Amino acid sequence: MEFQNLIFAILFQLAQLLLVVLLAPLLTGWVNQCQAWLQNRSGAGVLQPYRVLRKLFQKDAVIAHNASPLFRVTPYIVFGCMWLAAAIIPIIAVDLPFSQAADVIALVGVFAVARVFLALAAMDIGTAFGSLGARREMLVSFLAEPALLMVFFTASMISHSTQLPRIVDALAHHQFMLYPSLAFAALAFVIVLLAENARIPVDNPSTHLELTMIHEAMILEYSARHLALIEWASSLKLFAYISIGIALFLPQGIIEVGNWAGLPLAIALLLLKLLAAGAGLAVFEAISAKLRIFRAPEFLGTAFLLAVLGLLIHFLLGA
Amino acid sequence: MDAVGILPLDVIGWLVQFWIALGVAGLALQRTPRLINRVIFPLSALTSLLLALTGLWALAAAPNIMVLPLGLPDLPFHLRLDPLSAFFLILLGGASMGVSLYSAGYFKTMAGGTLGLVCLEYHLFLVGMTLVLLADDAYMFMVAWETMALSSYFLVTTDHNIPEIRKAGYLYLLIAHVGAIAILLSFGVMQGGNGIAAYTFDAMRAAHLSSFWSSVAFLLALFGFGAKAGVVPLHVWLPEAHPAAPSPVSALMSGVMLKTAIYGILRVTFDLLGTQLWWWGVLALALGLITAVFGVMFAAVQGDMKRLLAYSSIENIGLLLVGIGLTIIFHVYGKNTLAALSLTATLYHSLNHAFFKSLLFIGTGAILHATGERNMGRLGGLIHHMPWAAVLMLVGVLAIAGLPPLNGFVSEWLLLQAFLLSPGLPNSYINMLVPVAAAVIALAAALAAYVMVKFYGVIFLGQPREKALEHAHDADLWERSGMIWLALGCVVLGLAPVFVVQQIDLVSHALIGSGLGNAANWVFLAPVDTERASYSPLYFLLAVLGVMLLTTVLVRRMYHGRLRRSAAWDCGFPAQTARMQDTAEGFGQPIRRIFEPFFKIEREVPSPFDTHPRYHGQTEDRLWSILYLPIKLLTEKLSSLASLLQHGRIHLYLAYTFVTLVVLLVFV
Repeated sequence: MEFQNLIFAILFQLAQLLLVVLLAPLLTGWVNQCQAWLQNRSGAGVLQPYRVLRKLFQKDAVIAHNASPLFRVTPYIVFGCMWLAAAIIPIIAVDLPFSQAADVIALVGVFAVARVFLALAAMDIGTAFGSLGARREMLVSFLAEPALLMVFFTASMISHSTQLPRIVDALAHHQFMLYPSLAFAALAFVIVLLAENARIPVDNPSTHLELTMIHEAMILEYSARHLALIEWASSLKLFAYISIGIALFLPQGIIEVGNWAGLPLAIALLLLKLLAAGAGLAVFEAISAKLRIFRAPEFLGTAFLLAVLGLLIHFLLGA
Repeated sequence: MDAVGILPLDVIGWLVQFWIALGVAGLALQRTPRLINRVIFPLSALTSLLLALTGLWALAAAPNIMVLPLGLPDLPFHLRLDPLSAFFLILLGGASMGVSLYSAGYFKTMAGGTLGLVCLEYHLFLVGMTLVLLADDAYMFMVAWETMALSSYFLVTTDHNIPEIRKAGYLYLLIAHVGAIAILLSFGVMQGGNGIAAYTFDAMRAAHLSSFWSSVAFLLALFGFGAKAGVVPLHVWLPEAHPAAPSPVSALMSGVMLKTAIYGILRVTFDLLGTQLWWWGVLALALGLITAVFGVMFAAVQGDMKRLLAYSSIENIGLLLVGIGLTIIFHVYGKNTLAALSLTATLYHSLNHAFFKSLLFIGTGAILHATGERNMGRLGGLIHHMPWAAVLMLVGVLAIAGLPPLNGFVSEWLLLQAFLLSPGLPNSYINMLVPVAAAVIALAAALAAYVMVKFYGVIFLGQPREKALEHAHDADLWERSGMIWLALGCVVLGLAPVFVVQQIDLVSHALIGSGLGNAANWVFLAPVDTERASYSPLYFLLAVLGVMLLTTVLVRRMYHGRLRRSAAWDCGFPAQTARMQDTAEGFGQPIRRIFEPFFKIEREVPSPFDTHPRYHGQTEDRLWSILYLPIKLLTEKLSSLASLLQHGRIHLYLAYTFVTLVVLLVFV
């Protein structure tokens, strides 16, 4: 029985690995489609990101004369990290076997690896925009990353574990309580999600104005398959962040491995949550305006403080 | 081995003597610098390796004691090798092995006379640090401490023709000695006025001080060792002395010498002083947090690559002090596992920092040799000309930025786990301090990544900012092998945390009487139990590599691998030059802006009509003008008062002596 469970767990892990990589562009497409509707456009359809990826993969890659090997491996590293990150977050079932190897702190580490490599690659060609983007990305992240860690810490304090499955298990199944500390953490998390995924108000994913770019400025020099991998990685990152949000703040419906009867419901619930989160993101972006770059640290500082406050409240109230 | 009668301490004694012999031989061989480079330094590296291995052996052995027939009449030199010393000897041996190998290549351009001296001082420095770790009485400790301080002072001032370097050396010497006095006073308090024989550490362990006097001893030790470690506000010598010293020396100073101060704090707090008080921990924690954030903030705005690394060392010392503070707090409140966890994190991070900081410092040496430039604003694009140095430095940069699966991440992970497990302390104020402290640590760690992206990106990536950089040559074979050793250390320490933690456990057991004991198997690092938290860098690495490989294969299989080189796109802007890239100052600008109140910024911006515009910007430490300048002014005033007595005439001085004698006779 033990052995069988392990097999199921590994199967689940592999299934999720496959699922996230295929579903992630769909989520991006859904967000974009919602935005189009909100802006009274008809939009390109939810499948547009797949078409873009196919187009990019078939093009010839063009890179600058002075691009170093670092520039060429970075897309693979970034894609690999994001794929892994999205795959280890329990969104359908807990008890994924890989989660023992990487807990929430390691998860933050995975995001950091991808970010550092992307920033380094942006500086590799030596264009003004590239280093500008790298600098801004690191600026945003040095406040967003500790805020994310604090959000995780609040959740781990409640569940007495830094293992994601344990956290989700504790929050979803065992205790039915409203945690005031988690409410603060949730607010902080939303801000971090917006900042880390280069969304309005920190960055604008669809901007054409180089001087206001952050994420896009870093990847200006990429083309074809490299760009495709980075775009795909961005989709995966958004997917991973929304998954974290679901796992921490809306874990109801996530099942245990081997619970076949609950599986259809769990998948349906997940899809519903993803749809709602994507639509919510689009609405939030539609009603807010982009901040000046030097207002962004204040915005993120708020997230950091909220997250620390959440943790403090947990210490004070024990909840 | 014990059956033969050879103890680890004997072996270390021989190694130390061999080091001294190597140093003297270096001085004798100054006419044949080739020999010094090709024979002495490699032999020295071998000695370091043996020292590290002996340390590993001693870690599991019972403490060895040795009394030398040297020293003061009633206080011969006592040596003792216990697990704590052994651990730091491993650190010393491991890091200096790489640095010595590197030195074999680095010093090749140095003139013979200077090289002979440097060789002697270098080995005395190593010997001094080894003896500091072994000393078992206050006199021996101070002699070793001074040997270390003086030899490193002479090493720092190797290029003493340059006034700035002399100035930096003077500042270093001054603060080192203010610290040494505090350490000596601390020993004085701990021996409790029981005569000279009570200056042995054994007597200090046996003495039971009142909580007032043990607090005094602790504060003095914290001050003294803090001055050596670079704890804010005693950090000012670090960013001056590190850039001034030759790179291998900076590597040893930052990687190893700062750790002897950490060793000193641990030795005094947990070994010599029997009991601790909770507020010591809070003080260390607070000082550590301030130091960490201060260090990393200033590192972010530096333009000189070695200054940047020096500030980053300050940051890491801050993290270590935080770990010590947590250990004290947990230990006082009887949370043994947690105390062991935070001590493990502290020791682990010491070891990690020794490896990656030494690696980065010798890497800057290679760059300095290749380009003659320390200012990052004149570097760039070196990855094309120095591929070996670039790859090895990348390992160091990723490790120090705390990224998995390298070693910096493991110790950060352990430290954060210690914070996460902390609730439940009986003191509610400390309970509230803990999350704030964890947040500050997280902030410092994230800023460290910022600093390292800047460091690596500006130096190695982009376009060369100067024409001369095109002739930069890569590190030579010796330099490379030293860097490879240290980079390998970073990788191994990152991938085999369970083994390292098991070794550190021996130290924890000896020092605070409890250890972690790994709940899981050798693949998973799980400080408390696997339900609570676990981390496996090996699986992590395999997973990332597996996923990357799969991606690469799929992309190559399903699509084509066609690639074309062309001019950079840069949004169609054709006139792009190397001058348009971010400089080090540019990259640090957001930090300068966000943390503006902490910096003293001087800026000179020319008017638009200036035909010869000159831009100038300088970011300085406010503490210098707030704290140090008043002290300097006061000292100058006092010494000018004292000079009123001095006229340089011998009969006046005789008269002073006469008057003093008469006054004494009248009163006594």
